[in-house]
Amino acid sequence: MLQLTKAVAAVAFAAVLLIAAPWAIEATHHADFYYTLSSVALLAIASGGVWLTFYIGRINIGQGAFALVGGYASAVLVVKAGLSFWLSLPLAGLFCAAVSVAIGLPILRLRGVYFAMVTLVLTEVARLTALALPLTNGAKGITNIPPPGPIGLFGFTLVPGFDAIVNRNAAFYYLSVVMMLLCFAALWRLVHSRLGALFAALRQNEDLASSMGLNVPALRVLAFAISSFLGGIGGAAFVAITQSIYPSSFTVTDSVNFMLNCFLGGLGFVFGPMLGTLVLYFGWDLLFQAGEYQLLIYSGVMILLMLALPNGLLSLRAPARRRA
Amino acid sequence: MEQVLVNGFYLGAQYALIALGLTLIFALMNVLNFAHGQMYVVGGFIVYEIYGRLHWPFVVALAASALTLAVLGGLIEKFLFRTVIRRSVRDESTMLLAAGVAYFLDAAILLLFGEKQRGVPKIVKGVFVSDNLIIPYDRVLVAVLAILFIVAFVLMMQYTKPGRAMRALAQDRVAAQLMGVPVEFYSLIGFALGAMLAGLVGGLLVTITGVNSGIGGPISIKAFMMVMIGGAGVVGGAILGGFILGMLESVGLSVLHAYGDITYLAIFVALMAFLSVRPNGLMGKPWG
Repeated sequence: MLQLTKAVAAVAFAAVLLIAAPWAIEATHHADFYYTLSSVALLAIASGGVWLTFYIGRINIGQGAFALVGGYASAVLVVKAGLSFWLSLPLAGLFCAAVSVAIGLPILRLRGVYFAMVTLVLTEVARLTALALPLTNGAKGITNIPPPGPIGLFGFTLVPGFDAIVNRNAAFYYLSVVMMLLCFAALWRLVHSRLGALFAALRQNEDLASSMGLNVPALRVLAFAISSFLGGIGGAAFVAITQSIYPSSFTVTDSVNFMLNCFLGGLGFVFGPMLGTLVLYFGWDLLFQAGEYQLLIYSGVMILLMLALPNGLLSLRAPARRRA
Repeated sequence: MEQVLVNGFYLGAQYALIALGLTLIFALMNVLNFAHGQMYVVGGFIVYEIYGRLHWPFVVALAASALTLAVLGGLIEKFLFRTVIRRSVRDESTMLLAAGVAYFLDAAILLLFGEKQRGVPKIVKGVFVSDNLIIPYDRVLVAVLAILFIVAFVLMMQYTKPGRAMRALAQDRVAAQLMGVPVEFYSLIGFALGAMLAGLVGGLLVTITGVNSGIGGPISIKAFMMVMIGGAGVVGGAILGGFILGMLESVGLSVLHAYGDITYLAIFVALMAFLSVRPNGLMGKPWG
């Protein structure tokens, strides 16, 4: 019965995103919401990755680095190698995963704030590398990236080329939302699988998990690689929307924001990052009217939220837990 | 080369003072204070307002900056961090709060002081020149003051009652509480002291590099790096980390100059390699 309720809720959620939201946007003529919501969806994917590293008990402030690497990987593949965007998207994710394995093997030995600070530094490393490498065009970045082309299978066009579509923002919206739904469904499935239980064991006590015969280094690198994969495809799709990428496309602020999205939504909930991203992004956008007071109000509200609900927004529905 | 070394030493003295405040707060409360750089900026602007615009003596301005930051730090601890630490399930929640405070201070600084780069008149004029050394006297004075503050801080931590209490707190909070140390009071004092150090060094450096509202974040990142090099939560480590980073920056800027702007990239990469060999920094406690 509970299974059924959950399935219905999931379908309803997908229907709201794919049917009701576009309809509402068209009805109210707020076409710019397409862009805003696409951004939220893609940032939520990257935040979902950060959430997974939280799930194994690491504070990851380096997702901006992987979003940047993914974005550059996709841009370079499309512009310099002439690959299709659709092929570059998974390749960018895999490239990020490979990079994160190489980096993760040493740095995942760090715990607590040390890991947090190293990942923060990682974001700066990514930015400075993008500035220094000739392949990435330095500060000029890569611009004029062509929009995604058509996907055909046996002569049928499954997805038309994006330059042929009149309402390109809506197309990107569907792309982002479908990607987000797929990623979070995968994440949800992962957390509720045996692997998810192993990850939870890492969070609770790595030494104990190791004594039970778990290959702790391999597991945590795997979690970090999945996290970076999500960051990479999020970044790559973002680049496709904006059609450009610069070393400053994802900075330390973005890395911190990815982490904040998870915190705000609540670390105990798979869908926390989604909610957190939505609230933070829209909160920021809505406060635009406040002009120069935008950041002041935004951060003030954030502090108040933290005081009132230190365990995240979704903790409202969880039974109050007492600290021992 | 002497010039490079002297520059490195001078940078190191300031950096050490920045890192001290950050590491103190971390040691006492297990809070990574993202807002440290912003506190530095506030200190710089207070000195700019009092010394640069009202033309009061520099010492008064510096004292005012230290005092303001101490009060600000105390308030932040008492009303924000203490509450969140008590209510939250996970320790990491304080990081969100710290980031929130950093953004808030950033916004407040921008509103109060504007976005312009601000400088103040030199505190002492003149330049020391010898065969291959050129050092402005104000830099000498700032370095000496920074070292004096560091020495005073270390002596206080070693030989006074609050210092002992704070060291006890850093070692083991529960044990300290059981021995009758008023932990809440000393957390407050410690946070205020950490903020005060940020204000002091901000006030010192405004006389040389000036200050603008955007440098808070970068300063925080540098402070994190120093703390990582030396080991989080250890006073000696912070001082060492500060001097090492200062030296690396100075040497790197002169040696790597030919290859373009890659000094910081090189430092970051070296830091990551170093941390993978020695995860706790030079002097850090295991898994601090």
